[in-house]
Amino acid sequence: MSTGDARPAAPAAKAPARGSYQPKRKSAPLGWLVPAVTVGGLLPIAVLIWDAYTGALGANPIQRATLQTGLLTLTLLVASLACTPLRLLTGWKWPARIRKSLGLLAFGYAVLHFLIYLFDHGFSLSVMFEDVLKRPFVTVGFTALLLLVPLALTSGKNSVRKLGFQKWTRLHQLVYLAVAFGALHYYWGVKKDHVPPLIYVGVIAVLFATRFIKRKPTKKQAGPEKISPA
Amino acid sequence: FAQAARPLGPYDTKEAVTSYQQATTYNNFYELGTDKADPARNAASLKPRPWTVKIDGEVKKPQTVDIDTLQSWFPLEDRIYRMRCVEGWSMVMPWLGFPLAGLIRRLEPTSKAKYVQFTALLDPKQLPGQKSNVLDWPYVEGLRLDEALHPLAFMAVGLHGKVLPGQNGAPLRLVVPWKYGFKGIKSIVKITLTEKMPKTTWALAAPSEYGFYANVNPAVPHPRWSQATERRIGELGRRKTLPFNGYADEVAGLYKGMDLRKNF
Repeated sequence: MSTGDARPAAPAAKAPARGSYQPKRKSAPLGWLVPAVTVGGLLPIAVLIWDAYTGALGANPIQRATLQTGLLTLTLLVASLACTPLRLLTGWKWPARIRKSLGLLAFGYAVLHFLIYLFDHGFSLSVMFEDVLKRPFVTVGFTALLLLVPLALTSGKNSVRKLGFQKWTRLHQLVYLAVAFGALHYYWGVKKDHVPPLIYVGVIAVLFATRFIKRKPTKKQAGPEKISPA
Repeated sequence: FAQAARPLGPYDTKEAVTSYQQATTYNNFYELGTDKADPARNAASLKPRPWTVKIDGEVKKPQTVDIDTLQSWFPLEDRIYRMRCVEGWSMVMPWLGFPLAGLIRRLEPTSKAKYVQFTALLDPKQLPGQKSNVLDWPYVEGLRLDEALHPLAFMAVGLHGKVLPGQNGAPLRLVVPWKYGFKGIKSIVKITLTEKMPKTTWALAAPSEYGFYANVNPAVPHPRWSQATERRIGELGRRKTLPFNGYADEVAGLYKGMDLRKNF
């Protein structure tokens, strides 16, 4: 419903820079965007290490680090899923350009989250398999991680070419399942205060809904440059 | 009170005591917030004086007693107990207080009394976490009468030789070292002797996950995580969790003939 307001706002924001010295169409006016997202996305690792070093992670630092990397995974996944709805709603092009970085960062934090879990249990694979097989809370989290692996492996442009756009798109629709399992993992992970996980569930639901509502008009313009699973 | 000067009692653990800083900044006390750091941040709103404790139910002498009077009935003792949280972490806590058995005996339970029910303060002004309905307030816990009369069951009014801080359950809390920490109800305002098993807060909130007995048991996993190991706060690795939190010699007899997988 805010589409009407947002559309004129987008060009207006860019207008001064463009209008003043008319750059040659597209080039890379936002060339800093991907590096900025990457650096910004990696910054929490530095903060985490610093907090661990200074004791700011509290009395149970491993538990805190597990929680924080888990939340970062979920937040970055949600951010990557927000790119397409944002583009559809606003017409902005830049969200699509950072989607891959956000997805890869999410995968990186998921791996880190998993490694901290393994460290927590003395890298005991028997404990891990018991958890994965016996406890749905762990099963869904582990499944979400597994689902992200093929997506990370095929995140390059070459993969789109190799697989073909249709196949690649189908494969990358696994991210919906991954984020749903991730949110469920978080929901089952908290002891009783379900409000924070439900906020994630709400945001994810809104993002899914936006895609469904906005799907029709974009189908026609879908092409190799605008790779969108929606 | 110098901790080191005192010879260890028969129920004290020799294990390294958790620092005051850690024991008072990493707490589960949802009435003061659900994050571990919340209770320490919000404890100032809890006023532990003046404070009264109502004693009722199946007792010969129902009464309402001031906390200072109640405390003066018994000589204060130190107890260094392990504390195992159901979430898989543990501490070693140097409590100050008196055995629950002494209090129960003084109240003279009637022949009908089978259980002891404890009720915590209900006052969203002092306990702002009660404005959220994350649990059904007030917090209620309970013990079977024979559990309550066991010499390990303890009422704490202090920690590390100091008056009990708000985040640890001032001014009066229960300590049952062979059970998961959530049995240790904080900021108690009522003690009721009952004929029927009390309906306790966590058992009501998630009956498949938290039982009335809640004895520490490495063989019975929580539905979402194993209880076989625990992290002692201050350590990086995990250690094996012991049956009854290492107090099996003292308390296993209380549960003879019971299926502890069913009565978890």
